[in-house]
Amino acid sequence: MIDVRQLRRSFGPIVAVDGISFAAQKGDVVGFLGPNGAGKSTAMKMLACFLRPDGGTATICGHDILNDPIGVRMSLGYLAENAPAYNEMTVAGFLDFVCDARQVKGGQRKKALDRVVPLCSIESVYHQTIETLSKGYRRRVGLAQSLIHDPPVLILDEPTDGLDPNQKHEVRRLINTMSKDKCIIISTHILEEVEQVCTRAIIIARGNILVDSTPKELTDKYKCSLTDVFRKITTTKKTA
Amino acid sequence: MNGFCAVFKRELKGYFATPVAYVFLVIFLFFAGYLPFREKFFEMRQADLQLFFNALPLLFVFMVPSAAMRLWSEERKSGSIELLLTLPITVCQAVLGKFIAAWCFLGIALLLTFPLPLTVHYLGEPDWGLIITGYIGAFLMAGGFLAIGSFFSALTKNQVISFILSVVACSVFVFAGNPTTLEYLALTISPTMVTVVESLSLQTHYESIARGVIQFGDIAYFFILIAAWVIACMLVLEERKAS
Repeated sequence: MIDVRQLRRSFGPIVAVDGISFAAQKGDVVGFLGPNGAGKSTAMKMLACFLRPDGGTATICGHDILNDPIGVRMSLGYLAENAPAYNEMTVAGFLDFVCDARQVKGGQRKKALDRVVPLCSIESVYHQTIETLSKGYRRRVGLAQSLIHDPPVLILDEPTDGLDPNQKHEVRRLINTMSKDKCIIISTHILEEVEQVCTRAIIIARGNILVDSTPKELTDKYKCSLTDVFRKITTTKKTA
Repeated sequence: MNGFCAVFKRELKGYFATPVAYVFLVIFLFFAGYLPFREKFFEMRQADLQLFFNALPLLFVFMVPSAAMRLWSEERKSGSIELLLTLPITVCQAVLGKFIAAWCFLGIALLLTFPLPLTVHYLGEPDWGLIITGYIGAFLMAGGFLAIGSFFSALTKNQVISFILSVVACSVFVFAGNPTTLEYLALTISPTMVTVVESLSLQTHYESIARGVIQFGDIAYFFILIAAWVIACMLVLEERKAS
């Protein structure tokens, strides 16, 4: 469902993403791992058609990100880093706007809201303005926004950042239940999360894919915890 | 079309969800009333709105950029542009949606000056054709300034910078048609160039519409002005949305 070919992007002299390629199918939960500034967010922004790649391309559900960005965005749910939203709007108004933009109408809209609002547990803040929400609730509103049209592909940039342990557990459970019939990419710094939810781990550093494997294979191969694997891979390659 | 409607609806609601709209309307309506009266609106003993329409360009130079500055600066600063442009909405739809919503808002502000025409109607027998063309001219002028403002708003994340730059750009478009400016220019550049500068000025075209003469050239001027700045806004946004 996702096919990335030689995707590359630089900002001035800094190469953020240096020709990465990978593919992911339905049922995959791909974890993007990497130190800060490794290019995870940049890669995700390009897949969501927010940034234009300098070279290479990708297709999502058969839509090319260069030629058919609208088709890509229709089949994609995207949660950006820090879950941006319109602060002056209420949660209800905000989700209504997203439904308008995504052409979820009438009875379909009511059904979508009835599904997504309890799923992300935002009933209690439904009529509050977004600027009054805590970080955790904001992120859950962002998650609700990305799920409202029940997309086949989900791209979530640090979906559990800023959530308390219970909420983190809830979001992971949510990802696990959805993973059967979707293709999901998440980026995270929490390695236990990768072990719990991801079927694949892609480790990126300085714009390159260093490892593309399953979490279990990694721990078996290096015979240590995923944290140590991560440290080994990202630090040795840097000094080399 | 859906993208355009969604953005338009959200924007127009957004004005009234924050104090922005009310502060803007109160200040605008206060000055729209104050400026004609300072020029002796009643003492002139004329049943027309010439004084009101003469005061509008100066008022708009400050008021329209203040309504336009938040259009894209805020969106970029808060990061919500990343949400907006990863929904199935094109840059073109988003720019037009915001621009038309803001233009409608300015239209509402203009309509709320209705006590002025009602006053002259009560006191005398004004030429309603002249009043209506005056309002059309004012609405077009607001659109022109708004297009300039939205361009500068897309240029920077900082609302203050965007406001100052658009005030300066709008003033250039107004004062280029000022007789003093033209006389000064005539000293340095050729008469043909002076005519070019004069025809580029917004003031000249606005005054000709406000005088009740609706010419193709004047209307075309405003539409080209608006289209050029709006397209420039789209290009800038496409280029810098993520920086």
